Amino acid sequence: MHSRTFILVTIVVAAAVFFVAQLVANNYLFFAGYTVLQFVVLATAWNILGGYCGYVNFGSAAFFAVGAYSSVFLHKAYPLPIPVLILVAGFVAGVIGLGMGYLTLRLRGSFFAIATLALAVVLQTLVTNWDFVGGSRGAYVIRPNSLDVFGHQIPYIEYLFLQMLILAAVAIATARTIERSRLGYGFATIRDDELAAEAAGVPTLRLKLIATTLSGALMGMAGAPFPYYLGFLQPQSAFALEYAVNSIAMPMIGGTSSWIGPLIGALLLGIVQQVATVTISSAVNVLIVGVLLVAFVIIAPNGIVGFVRNLMRRGRS
Amino acid sequence: MTEPLLRIDRVGKRFGGFVALDGIALDVAPGERLGLIGPNGSGKSTLVNCICGTLRNETGSVTFDGRKMDGLAAHQRTILGLARSFQLPRPFHSLSVADNLRIPLLYAVKARSGSHLSARELDDHCVEYLRLVGLDHKAARLPRDLTQVEMRKLELARAMAAEPKLLIADESMAGLSHSEIGDILKLLMVLNARGITIILIEHIMSAVMSFSQRLAVLVSGRKIADGDPQEVVRNPEVEKAYLG
Repeated sequence: MHSRTFILVTIVVAAAVFFVAQLVANNYLFFAGYTVLQFVVLATAWNILGGYCGYVNFGSAAFFAVGAYSSVFLHKAYPLPIPVLILVAGFVAGVIGLGMGYLTLRLRGSFFAIATLALAVVLQTLVTNWDFVGGSRGAYVIRPNSLDVFGHQIPYIEYLFLQMLILAAVAIATARTIERSRLGYGFATIRDDELAAEAAGVPTLRLKLIATTLSGALMGMAGAPFPYYLGFLQPQSAFALEYAVNSIAMPMIGGTSSWIGPLIGALLLGIVQQVATVTISSAVNVLIVGVLLVAFVIIAPNGIVGFVRNLMRRGRS
Repeated sequence: MTEPLLRIDRVGKRFGGFVALDGIALDVAPGERLGLIGPNGSGKSTLVNCICGTLRNETGSVTFDGRKMDGLAAHQRTILGLARSFQLPRPFHSLSVADNLRIPLLYAVKARSGSHLSARELDDHCVEYLRLVGLDHKAARLPRDLTQVEMRKLELARAMAAEPKLLIADESMAGLSHSEIGDILKLLMVLNARGITIILIEHIMSAVMSFSQRLAVLVSGRKIADGDPQEVVRNPEVEKAYLG
């Protein structure tokens, strides 16, 4: 499918999802849906660097938190509409992604992963000690119950859901476009063999910087509406282990080789976690991820997409 | 005398206390077929890495096509027309055989010419190179489905797809049978006939002797001989280095 056609299909699917959600008219659906879509964005963003380029980022929570805290900062300093906050968060997190990429250019494998983890620790320490955004106490972000859109009052959670739905569509369309482009081929060569990539004329350092910037920006954008979703933000919730673990586990379970893998992984794990939250406890969420991740590493190391592709290949031969 | 395509001027490289290259000087003329031999650990691969930008030489300089290469990254040198194949094939495992060739076309050739190749033109170029190395029937396969000799051919085809002026073939025949070596030699001759200058680094002397117009020998990071292949192999210093 051509990239333009794919973008059109993505818009139509996103509109259909919003329309169907409206028909159900249950606020909890929007609450749960927001979280699932947030993970779709995070997983897709992680996969641009981790799946396409083979650079494992343990610091997803840091980029997410950067987005969330840039919203808190602006909420206090100069309140802006959420779409603008998303763009600002994307810019700030993108710049941090670029900086991280620049500082870790020569690192690979576990060394790169540890460096990203260190970034999360450093940023969390900074935020915890930054009084203006609430420091360790946290900050309240008061939001209205509903919003006036062209004369119609819509619940605020629906508005947030719509923002995240648009963001998920943008993230998926971006990932899919990259995958089929010159950039995507370049990313694949970095993942496969960086030395051979350079020898084939691929500017690997520049491409890595593009990947860290893009991936960081999308993660930051996912975090931007988060303070408005919770109404209160503290470092423990913005930098939660859940974000780092889910961002890695969802693409790994879905499959990292294609845009659809993180989408499948995020939908599957996100929905299971939401069901577990209302039926058992949110405390089991990370446990579910851990168990599923171990199971998939053993049964289907290439994720659901890889597993299905292997079955189809076997079926043909 | 024509200007050399590649000039290696007193290139030196150390790894800690170990001197890998000790002031190597070597000129390669356009269109030449140069054989580069030497025992294991003599510095051949280090020299290739210094020429191609994978390693930085600490002393001396490398000039290619009239331009100083020092400080340029490996991909920039490829864009300028300097391609290599690796001692152990390093295909892009997740890409198909055809897509492996698409990479240098998308990056090196595009950056050099600045022109945009359409999808159709890219396909045509890939097919042309695959046909040349006899891998056109495996275009859609993954590298893991290839045999050892096919993998070597893919390695050469990918280097070729960068449309280089100089190709450095680093032990492209290691581990191959007699007839497979013949295939690779034939391929290298075809490339040379197309105007590509070739440096062949090889341990298989019969192949080196039948291919090379000129032979250079490295021992312990120093060049000990350079000239007509027949004369070089009779050089007492070379005999001593090889036979002890």
